[in-house]
Amino acid sequence: MIKTSAPWQVNRMRRLRGLLRKELLQIVRDPSSIAIAFVMPMVLLLLFGYGVSLNARNVPVALVIDQPSGVTADFASRFRYSEYLSVVQLPNMRAAKRALRAHQVDAVIHLRARFATEMQAGRSAPIQVLLNGVDANTARIVRGYIEGSLSGWLQQRAARQGQQAASPVMLASRIWFNPNVRSRNYLVPGLIAVIMTLIGAMLTALVVAREWERGTMEALMVTPITIGEVLLGKLLPYFLLGMGGMALSVAMALWLFDVPLRGSVWVLLTVSAVFMLAALGMGLLISVSSRSQFVAGQAAIVSTFLPAFLLSGFIFDIHSMTGPIRLLTYIVPARYFISFLQTSFLAGDVWPVILVDVSALAIMAAILLGITLRCSRKRLD
Amino acid sequence: MWQRVFHLMLKEFLALLKDPASRAVLVLPPIVQTIIFGYAATLDLSHIRYGVYVEDRAAPARELLARFAGSPTFTGRVRLDSLEQGRALIDRGELLLVVHIGPRFSAQLLRHRPASVQVIVDGRNSNTAVIAQGYVREIVNRFNARWIAEHPGWQPPLAHLVIRAWFNPNLESRWFIIPGIIGLLLQVVAMLVAGLSIARERESGTFDQLLVTPVRPLEILLGKALPGFLVGLAEGTLIVLIAVLWFQVPLVGQLTVLYAGMALFLFATIGVGLAISALALTMQQGLLGAFLFMVPSVLLSGFATPIANMPVIVQYLTLLNPLRYFMEILRGVFLEDASLPLLMSQFWPLLVIGLANLAMAGWLFRHRLH
Repeated sequence: MIKTSAPWQVNRMRRLRGLLRKELLQIVRDPSSIAIAFVMPMVLLLLFGYGVSLNARNVPVALVIDQPSGVTADFASRFRYSEYLSVVQLPNMRAAKRALRAHQVDAVIHLRARFATEMQAGRSAPIQVLLNGVDANTARIVRGYIEGSLSGWLQQRAARQGQQAASPVMLASRIWFNPNVRSRNYLVPGLIAVIMTLIGAMLTALVVAREWERGTMEALMVTPITIGEVLLGKLLPYFLLGMGGMALSVAMALWLFDVPLRGSVWVLLTVSAVFMLAALGMGLLISVSSRSQFVAGQAAIVSTFLPAFLLSGFIFDIHSMTGPIRLLTYIVPARYFISFLQTSFLAGDVWPVILVDVSALAIMAAILLGITLRCSRKRLD
Repeated sequence: MWQRVFHLMLKEFLALLKDPASRAVLVLPPIVQTIIFGYAATLDLSHIRYGVYVEDRAAPARELLARFAGSPTFTGRVRLDSLEQGRALIDRGELLLVVHIGPRFSAQLLRHRPASVQVIVDGRNSNTAVIAQGYVREIVNRFNARWIAEHPGWQPPLAHLVIRAWFNPNLESRWFIIPGIIGLLLQVVAMLVAGLSIARERESGTFDQLLVTPVRPLEILLGKALPGFLVGLAEGTLIVLIAVLWFQVPLVGQLTVLYAGMALFLFATIGVGLAISALALTMQQGLLGAFLFMVPSVLLSGFATPIANMPVIVQYLTLLNPLRYFMEILRGVFLEDASLPLLMSQFWPLLVIGLANLAMAGWLFRHRLH
């Protein structure tokens, strides 16, 4: 037994080495694989890190004052002073509404003729605000800025008259982990997960389908290589490429975008490797179940990129989704990886979170790779 | 000439539709995706899990908490015995925020002194954190207004805001996102149909055969562009129907303007797709090119994050992005009843981008034979 199994093992290793060599050559000769692994993460991170932000600044706002007075001038100067709003004064509401329609301003603040008299009489004077509600999120942020400036102005006025403009309940809120609410701090770790999903699935989705389409699969089939070895030969090089892309992304997050890493690097690497296996498993599964590259490519985008972008908690909050959709997010690997990444980068090694996420990822990787192996065996029979 | 284009188109459609898998890939995903993403892609928070740590059992504190419980967004309440417990639950991501009412809260209020409420928010997703903070502030403001009205001795603020939102009165972010999804999915379809068509012929070697036939490059171009265009229009119609009938997003503008925009956008996107397709030698390169174009194009379109928040240089970069203009058109027609003249500034860049890319693709056809 031992005598026969030993050379068999040697052959196996040699076969695997041959396959690995072939895959590596293919990667090196078609530079698009390397581009997917290294150029794409860089382009995406640069765009996201510098380009995409949910923090609005210098929001254009129109101010219409029906009857100018000392009070309204004081009001206008306080609003001009805000770093979040950029105020333009317009002569009347007609012009202001036209500007709002033409997207020249995002909001209109209207002080009516009786504003100053009402304030002096001590009644609460209404200030009309029109928002462009098309982008509801931005509208809400702009509303917050206007409210903030108004209460700042009221406090300033009260302080000048030696009073205190206090409301019964004062809110003291603190935001943990990201006190300056830099959207970059959560977008960049989330983006790493999106990129890794892309690398894993895109790289591998095409590789087996390509062999079928070019007819080289039949050639492989007549050799003594088992299908497990073929898959392993495809998995290993792309795993290394993917981890390289990952390392590059993390380095950029830390040193270019100053995102803090509060957890340990080793935990980060280990969990990333497990996620990479799940992503590659997904790609291989797509690859073996579709024999044309066109279908494999479409399937890779539809089943990996878009869910990783929209159903993973990357931008949209999972808890706010309706029940069935929320259930669906449980089968998106990126969901667990993003939860892990945001925790690891911003909060530190919180073991209850890490253990749940890593075991979910490990189970998924095992299932995906298992199905892949089964599917491909059937095809070869 | 048109006969040749027609036959090429027919062949293209056959190549696209003869395989059941690729047929399914074209039709099913857009429907499923529109529905799933329509539900998933909202920036409004609807189920906030929060913890309360109350050291005050008097009526005013209970009244404030009742306002949280009565709000439809604050659904999962956990009673905490200490702030430490709250900290641990926030760490684990089980709570989004913790409300802490100190022991002297009611006593302060009843003595006409301001009382403070402490709120701690999980900031890992800073956008969610800011929105949640806004909801808490709204609840506190309403409590204050009521308290001032019922308790003499408190001065009402000298001015208050009366806010109205145009086009989207309840500020539902779904109305903003779903028209955007139309653009997103149309781009994917058009890019893939166009972007992979030539690469596929190159890889299987039939492209050289095509070039030696009497068909002229312009005709090849048209034959490759038209299928994507028609498939795109059909899918666009389907997704618009889902948006209006299923998600009840109001479509207040004119359909003609919407379709004019859609046609121009498809024209521009297919132009880009064909240019990439003509550059690529293999399907993998074609797919990579399509991707390298699509991902930044989605990010820089204003789909989820406003263009106005980007640095100025990046804002200029977005001018090259067809999806950016289409997003404006979609939202303008759906929500604002934007007229043709108002959208003219979005229409002509699409035309220019499309023409430039088609010209480039045509040139590449003839000059990139390997």
